[in-house]
Amino acid sequence: MPIKVQVPTPMREQAGGNAEVAVAGATVKAALDDLIRQYPALGPKLFDNGRLRPYVNVFVNDEDVRYLDEMDTKVTDGVIVALIPAVAGG
Amino acid sequence: MPTADFVTGLKCRVCGKLYPKSPSNYCPDDWGPLEVAYDYDRARGAISREKIARRPRTMWRYRELLPLDGEPTVGPQVGGTPLIRADRLADALGIERLWIKNDAVNFPTLSFKDRVVSVALSKAREFGMRTVGCASTGNLANSVAALSASAGLETFILVPADLERTKIYGTAVYGAKVIGVTGTYDEVNRLCSQIADKYKWGMVNVNLRAFYAEGSKSMGFEIAEDLGWRFPQHVVCPMAGGALIGKIHKAFTELHAVGLVDAPVTTKMYGAQAAGCNPITDCVKANRERHKPVRKPNTICKSLAIGDPADGYFAAKLIRETGGWAEDVTDEEIVEGMLLLARTEGVFAETAGGTTVAVTKKLLDQGRLPRDEEIVICVTGNGLKTQDAVFDALDAPAVIKPSLAEFERLAGVAAEPALA
Repeated sequence: MPIKVQVPTPMREQAGGNAEVAVAGATVKAALDDLIRQYPALGPKLFDNGRLRPYVNVFVNDEDVRYLDEMDTKVTDGVIVALIPAVAGG
Repeated sequence: MPTADFVTGLKCRVCGKLYPKSPSNYCPDDWGPLEVAYDYDRARGAISREKIARRPRTMWRYRELLPLDGEPTVGPQVGGTPLIRADRLADALGIERLWIKNDAVNFPTLSFKDRVVSVALSKAREFGMRTVGCASTGNLANSVAALSASAGLETFILVPADLERTKIYGTAVYGAKVIGVTGTYDEVNRLCSQIADKYKWGMVNVNLRAFYAEGSKSMGFEIAEDLGWRFPQHVVCPMAGGALIGKIHKAFTELHAVGLVDAPVTTKMYGAQAAGCNPITDCVKANRERHKPVRKPNTICKSLAIGDPADGYFAAKLIRETGGWAEDVTDEEIVEGMLLLARTEGVFAETAGGTTVAVTKKLLDQGRLPRDEEIVICVTGNGLKTQDAVFDALDAPAVIKPSLAEFERLAGVAAEPALA
C-alpha cells in the first residue's frame, strides 16, 4: 500500500480532481515532492520559496508533523498524509 | 425594510485577493485566512448614531457592519450586554477608571459566543444549509446547540471528551448530537475541518468562520457606544483562538471608518491566557513572529485551552502594533481573579474571566498597564459553567438549627439582653 496524501476540496482541481493521491518517499518532504512531481500546479499552493506555507498543516496518521520531525518526519507505506488548512477553530 | 448588505466579499489576509461570499474560510491560493470585507464608503452614508439609537439594544443594531444579506433569522436578541463601571475592582487593583464588558450575561447561553453563532447560523440559513456544528471548548458548543435548536437545524457538536460536565450537559440538553473526542481541542478542530471539507455542513468555526468571527465585533461596537461613542485607552481581552481581540479592534477601526467615532483608534490591546496554554502570550513575550503550538494544554481554564490558535499570528501582531502586551497566569491566579471579580463587582465570570482579571493585575504590577488611564476588561463567559474551578477555594456553608441564638452566635452579633 503506498503513502496516500489527502488533498482538501479547493486544491483538488490542481490534483487531477483527486481527493487522495498515492505517492512514494521516505519522509514527508519526499512524499510532498512526489505529489508536486505528479501535479506541478500544487507546488505554488503548498510552498513559497521552497518553504511550506504557514497556513498549511500537515498530519501524518492524524498527528501534526510539528510535534514530530516536521518535514523530516518519516513515512512508510500505508501512511496517510493529510493536508489541512490551519485556519479553523476558536 | 431594505436589507443593509455592504459586504464586498471575502478577502485573503495574506495575498489580499477578494473572493465572492461563500462558505469557505481560506484562500485556495495560499491557504491564508479569509476575512469579510465591506464597502465602508457606502456604509458610511447608511448608518448614523441616531439610526442606531432607535433600534433595539442587541448586537443587530450595528447590522450595516455585520455580514448578512438580510435580517438575522437566528439569535435576533443576542448582545446588548452591560458595560459596568467597576469602581470597587478598580480600587482593589489601584487604578482610576475601569469598566467590565459583561458577556457573562449574554443571551441565550451566557457567553460571547452567542454573538458569533447568531451570525454564523443566520449565514448558514442564507446558504441553504440544514446541518451545522462546531469544534468547541464548551461555550461555543452551548451556543451552537441552543441557537440551532431554535432554528430547527440538525447539529453535530465535537468537544474534547474531558470537558467540564456542565458544558457537556449544557449542550446535550438542546438536543444536539454531542460527540466527545479523546484528544485535545486542536485534534477535535482538525477532525471538524475534515468533516466540513467532506460533507459541506455548516461548521460555524470552520467553513463559516469568516462570517462567524465578524459577530465578535459587536462586543467592540457596544463598548464604544456605551462609552459615549469613543474608544477606551486600553482593552484587556482573553485569547483562545485569538480572533476576539482582533475583532474588537476591527470594530473600533470600522466605527472610525464609517464616521460614527471621529477620533482615530489609539486603543492599546492586551491579551490574556493561562500559563498552562500560552502560545500567543509566549509569542508576544519572546518576540516570535509566529506562535509555537502547545501540544498538551494543561489548565483549569479549558475555554482558552487552544494550543494552536488560528489567529495567533494576527493577535500577536495586533498586540505589538497597538503598543499593548500579553501575559499569562497560573491556575491559582485564575481562581483568585474569579473571586476578586465576584467579591468586588458581583460578577461571577468563568475561568477565562478570572484569567483576564488576573492578567490585568499582573500587567498593572509590571507597569505594562498604567494606573491612571481608562481600561476595559472583557468578560466573555459565565462562572456558573465552571463552578468546579472555585469549589476548593470556597468555605462550605455553616449549618445551624433554626434558632435565633445559634444564628447570632455564628454571625458574631451581640445578642440583645433579655428584657427583665
